[in-house]
Amino acid sequence: MASYKYHILVCGGTGCHSSQSNVIAERLNEIIADKHLENDVKVVASGCFGFCEKGPIVKIMPDNTFYVGVKPEDADIIIAEHIIKGRKVEKLLYVDPDTKKHISDSKHMGFYQKQMRIALRNCGFIDPENIEESIARGAYEGLGKVLSDMTPAECINVVKQSGLRGRGGAGFPTGLKWELCAKNSADQKYVVCNADEGDPGAFMDRSIMEGDPHSIVEAMAICGYSIGATKGLVYIRAEYPLAIKRLQIAISQAREYGLLGKDILGSGFDFDIELRYGAGAFVCGEETALIHSMEGKRGEPTFKPPFPAVSGYLAKPTNVNNVETFANVPIIITKGAEWFASIGSEKSKGTKVFALAGQINNVGLIEVPMGTTLRDIIFEIGGGIKNGREFKAVQTGGPSGGCLTKKHLDTPIDYDSLVAAGSMMGSGGMVVMDETSCMVAIAKFYLEFTCEESCGKCSPCRIGNKRMYEILDKITKGKGKMEDLEELRNLASVIKDTALCGLGQTSPNPVLSTLDNFWDEYVEHVVDHKCRAGVCKSLMRYEIDPIKCIGCGACSRVCPQDAISGEKKMAHSIDTAKCIKCGACYEKCKFGAISIK
Amino acid sequence: MAKIKSLNDLRNMQSDLQAKINLRERADHPESMVQIKVGMATSGIASGAKEVFNYLSEELQKRNIDAIVTQTGDMGYCFAEPTIEVTLPGQEPIVFGYVNIAKAKEIIDKYIMNGELVEGIIPKNYKTID
Ligand SMILES: Cc1cc2nc3c(=O)[nH]c(=O)nc-3n(C[C@H](O)[C@H](O)[C@H](O)COP(=O)(O)O)c2cc1C
Repeated sequence: MASYKYHILVCGGTGCHSSQSNVIAERLNEIIADKHLENDVKVVASGCFGFCEKGPIVKIMPDNTFYVGVKPEDADIIIAEHIIKGRKVEKLLYVDPDTKKHISDSKHMGFYQKQMRIALRNCGFIDPENIEESIARGAYEGLGKVLSDMTPAECINVVKQSGLRGRGGAGFPTGLKWELCAKNSADQKYVVCNADEGDPGAFMDRSIMEGDPHSIVEAMAICGYSIGATKGLVYIRAEYPLAIKRLQIAISQAREYGLLGKDILGSGFDFDIELRYGAGAFVCGEETALIHSMEGKRGEPTFKPPFPAVSGYLAKPTNVNNVETFANVPIIITKGAEWFASIGSEKSKGTKVFALAGQINNVGLIEVPMGTTLRDIIFEIGGGIKNGREFKAVQTGGPSGGCLTKKHLDTPIDYDSLVAAGSMMGSGGMVVMDETSCMVAIAKFYLEFTCEESCGKCSPCRIGNKRMYEILDKITKGKGKMEDLEELRNLASVIKDTALCGLGQTSPNPVLSTLDNFWDEYVEHVVDHKCRAGVCKSLMRYEIDPIKCIGCGACSRVCPQDAISGEKKMAHSIDTAKCIKCGACYEKCKFGAISIK
Repeated sequence: MAKIKSLNDLRNMQSDLQAKINLRERADHPESMVQIKVGMATSGIASGAKEVFNYLSEELQKRNIDAIVTQTGDMGYCFAEPTIEVTLPGQEPIVFGYVNIAKAKEIIDKYIMNGELVEGIIPKNYKTID
């Protein structure tokens, strides 16, 4: 075997892949062949490193050198300088925004310092298409241990003792869920992995499947053994082609090595996994709708009970868990329940993966111990707000969650604290907003999403959300009344109480949380017809200051509506009736004469 | 591929495959192993630093010593090239000058394996980016 001196890890996650990381890897391999370095250097296409803001990422081991924003043409200099001459390529190193110093070791970057990787333990470390790298890293050890040394009940007990709770949204204790399903006897049971991931902006589950698919395969088999199921199904949206491909490869490799199929590791236990594709409807992430969709029926939820543990897929007992929940299972088995339970907060154990997005410097995928504060996530890991602006709000929990404000910054992130603060954990989307976001418009955005994604089966969700949306729309157009705000609350409470499934039961949350935390902003829209963020266009007016305007005419030339007129060298003015508020004049004026009112 | 038949088989396979990712595993906790940096200034390369780098990384792998061997830029001792810096776990780094392959072998045999100092130590007074 070649004794490699360097491994070059090139991120092969969807984000970096779409910025040509595969071309970088190809180019590196070409140069390596050209310079006869095949026995010294190995290029590995790995999963996501998380620092997507600065992708594509290339990491050189064993130096731990972290190159950011790498382009295919940089492959030459990486080989010529770093590999051949041993000199770091300074222009590709990350620059610390505060000290302006180059940082070469990712361990010293603010983005990584407060993170802890359990679910993402292998992402960005192994080649996800190579089962041998996974095995070398300890994959299937947990399955082996369970099959040779533990009874199903013992295994369930370990998961229970670990305190693991579902990462798909509601935070139901995983061990307890397994136990409920194990109790129901049937000729066939199913293990289902929920890989629908419908929250806008979320990509935690996708990254796990792309970066470490064997952890899901292994966990599903462990679950199957525990509850007495021999069949596993992964429900994954068809928009995730790379994750699908990596899972398919992982499943077929696992079969080939005897880690799926009949008589796994000589234990007599049989288990196999199939993929089922979803068309990307948010409601199909809800477990009953998901099961119907897999059965070839309409993706509509049904009333619970019966829970899937009693009557799920094809009316058989079915255990549904989220991708990230599963990703934690193998390491809980190998490292033990106490180890896992020692991490996190009192009622929320372990870590949580978040997709950090919005007006924040370090957009990307992060994993932190439960109980980390929002402040640490936003300002330490996230590097604070873009362009030095002011922090305004953070949205967690997606369309089911809420907007939290400055006063919540020291809230520890766990299931219960977030609910107490008026939001929820959800699956892990986290959108950070600055003063340029209008909270009424944000509430409207989420409701628009809900209206579009509501399956229409129950009327509170189908009609109620639509009515709420119409009221919000009115408010953003300056036509709202104070009674409307009252009506929003009434509708919200009826929908929460009466909707059939979790989608409707949580859909008013973005509205309620913004009403609670940004009441003044609603009142401003209604009473003063003003949008302080300048987002609601109907409430905006562009005005030219006649003193500052020198009459250069630049604004009138860019105006697509011919709404600006005036004599040359004389102050111009805007015809508000014609103005479509595109902002072109505002951008163009060099004299600061145009302002937004 | 023959199927894996038992947990024992799996564990044996895991330790056989370890070599595939060892280089990466080590980088995760460098403090706990021997770290060697080989100075690769132009003068260092001309005087054989590359050969020393290759020798050290191959020899340590052969002897199954947990080590991280990396190249670094100019260490600032042009007079004594090739230079290498060796850090044993929990100890201060030590720089050796005029390291050829014979000297490298001596450093492994004596200093790395047995903690005995060998000749050729020079005081450390350079900086690298990290
Ligand atoms: C509207 C709606 C959408 C959901 N979408 C997802 C999803 O995309 N992924 C997921 O794992 N769970 C989703 N859930 C939660 C599932 O119903 C279910 O609780 C979860 O898959 C259970 O797994 P866990 O216990 O491991 O979290 C959704 C729930 C609702 C109400």
